[in-house]
Amino acid sequence: MKRSWNLFYTQFITYNGYKTVLNGLLTTVEIAVFGLIIGILIGTLIALVKVMPKYKLLPRILNRICEVYVGFFRGTPMVVQLLIAYYVLLPAMGIPADGVTVAVVVFGLNSGAYVSEIMRSGIQSVDAGQLEAGRALGLTFWTAMIKIVIPQSIKNILPTLGNEFIVLVKETSVVSFIAVTDLTKAFRAIGDANYEYVIPYLMLAAVYLVLVILITVGIRFMERRLKRSDARK
Amino acid sequence: MTQENNIDAALSTENASAFKSGQEDFIQQGASDKSDEVLIAVKDLKKSFGDNEVLKGINLNIKNGEKIAVIGPSGCGKSTLLRCINCMEDPSSGSIFFEGEDLADMKVDINVHRQKIGMVFQQFNLFNNLTVLQNIMLAPVVIAKKKRNKNKRINFFRSIANLFRKKDNRKPLVPLGKSIAEIKAEASSRAHALLTRIGLDDKADAYPATLSGGQKQRIAIVRALAMEPKVMLFDEPTSALDPEMVGEVLDLMKKLADDGMTMVIVTHEMGFAREVATRVLFMDGGVIAEENTPDKFFTAPASPRLKDFLSKVL
Ligand SMILES: Nc1ncnc2c1ncn2[C@@H]1O[C@H](COP(=O)(O)OP(=O)(O)O)[C@@H](O)[C@H]1O
Ligand SMILES: [Mg+2]
Repeated sequence: MKRSWNLFYTQFITYNGYKTVLNGLLTTVEIAVFGLIIGILIGTLIALVKVMPKYKLLPRILNRICEVYVGFFRGTPMVVQLLIAYYVLLPAMGIPADGVTVAVVVFGLNSGAYVSEIMRSGIQSVDAGQLEAGRALGLTFWTAMIKIVIPQSIKNILPTLGNEFIVLVKETSVVSFIAVTDLTKAFRAIGDANYEYVIPYLMLAAVYLVLVILITVGIRFMERRLKRSDARK
Repeated sequence: MTQENNIDAALSTENASAFKSGQEDFIQQGASDKSDEVLIAVKDLKKSFGDNEVLKGINLNIKNGEKIAVIGPSGCGKSTLLRCINCMEDPSSGSIFFEGEDLADMKVDINVHRQKIGMVFQQFNLFNNLTVLQNIMLAPVVIAKKKRNKNKRINFFRSIANLFRKKDNRKPLVPLGKSIAEIKAEASSRAHALLTRIGLDDKADAYPATLSGGQKQRIAIVRALAMEPKVMLFDEPTSALDPEMVGEVLDLMKKLADDGMTMVIVTHEMGFAREVATRVLFMDGGVIAEENTPDKFFTAPASPRLKDFLSKVL
């Protein structure tokens, strides 16, 4: 243990391992945050398609496309999606691949599939009478959604979205498969220097844990704010 | 609504809950001048959900100013009939005419159609995320804004087209009418006036969750009135209320009836139907099994089914 500590210390401080770790942390957060943002954009669009009235042909076609999309991204492992994007699609299109960009895009596309479900169930948890009353007053479907239903669905959606963010943060640990140095890869590099992994990997776990705890606290805070604004009702 | 009217309405607040005043109607133009004109004509309306045929051929003419009470056992299709009139359900066959216009016609904009029809639900369905005032103002403002934007679009294309037209050949621009601020101010003063009429103006900034059922339903009624509809459809408006709140809602509906509003009321309140309705319908088995003036309907029911039904509910 003592030896492991000493080796870790040397590697972390003397050989600037902390810089790699900080960069890795930044990469991890960057992929998770931008992935979530893309995921929210895509997920919102898909969720809206899913709850749209399906009388006309176009919504039905869009709905089918969304089903295929969600089916693919939920039905295959994230690592596989990363590998396909990085080693198959991009070379095939002749685009020079930057690992972080690929990771952000793939995480965004992937989380879009999950976020769409979160949003759909959030929207559908709002009493159907709300939409009906809006339509009965002569509002269009979209106006009624935007002014009445979606604002009410947000307090159902936000906490679950926070969980999705936690999942994303942890899942980013697979990006080393496409040669991105994230938090996990950074700590592994420190271990690799002396083939001594005890402290690096325990530290790695601790850092993820702290990240997740921080996010959880953030979500709690948000939930409380939402509850408070609810009390006026 | 002009400033004077506003003050007028505000002055009558003191005894507003008791609707004595009667000088100012809930409805803008008296509908009575057009009475006897058929407003809604339902022709052989059938509606199935899958294999379940709920409406089996409904024929019904609703004239301006009529107050029609619809009674019947649960599940006989009363709500479905109202929802078909409001285009919330598509008929399986048959047709519905509103002011002579076939609603199945593709040219009919259902959103514009619904603006002419006020609908009141059993569960009130006030918008939970909006204050009482915002609940009432939302639709009038959105719709006025939409019209304004449409005119703006028209003007935009006209002014471009006019660039290519000779001077004396240019098309005039459409007047835009009120500004957004004016639209909002007007909707707000009308909403306040309506709230004052039902004695709830002090609740203008409250959220629905803080209101009693009776207050919610009365606000839902004036929310529909703010659109100045030609007919009001009520789907069991008092069925979800605690008994002590039924009266205040029925009072408001009675006032509305006295003001000349055309009304279709699905209800289990037989006393109210008898007092307010001009015609009572008994729906059973997907058809209108019997209809009559209230007196005859309740004192001399013809069919055994109706007799049986009345004996259970009276
Ligand atoms: N959207 C729907 N889908 C399937 N069945 C429905 C739907 N709406 C109503 N029904 C059925 O139609 C019948 C009549 O319903 P409704 O018009 O609500 O009756 P009422 O208002 O007279 O109680 C019921 O059997 C009900 O189950
Ligand atoms: Mg019903």
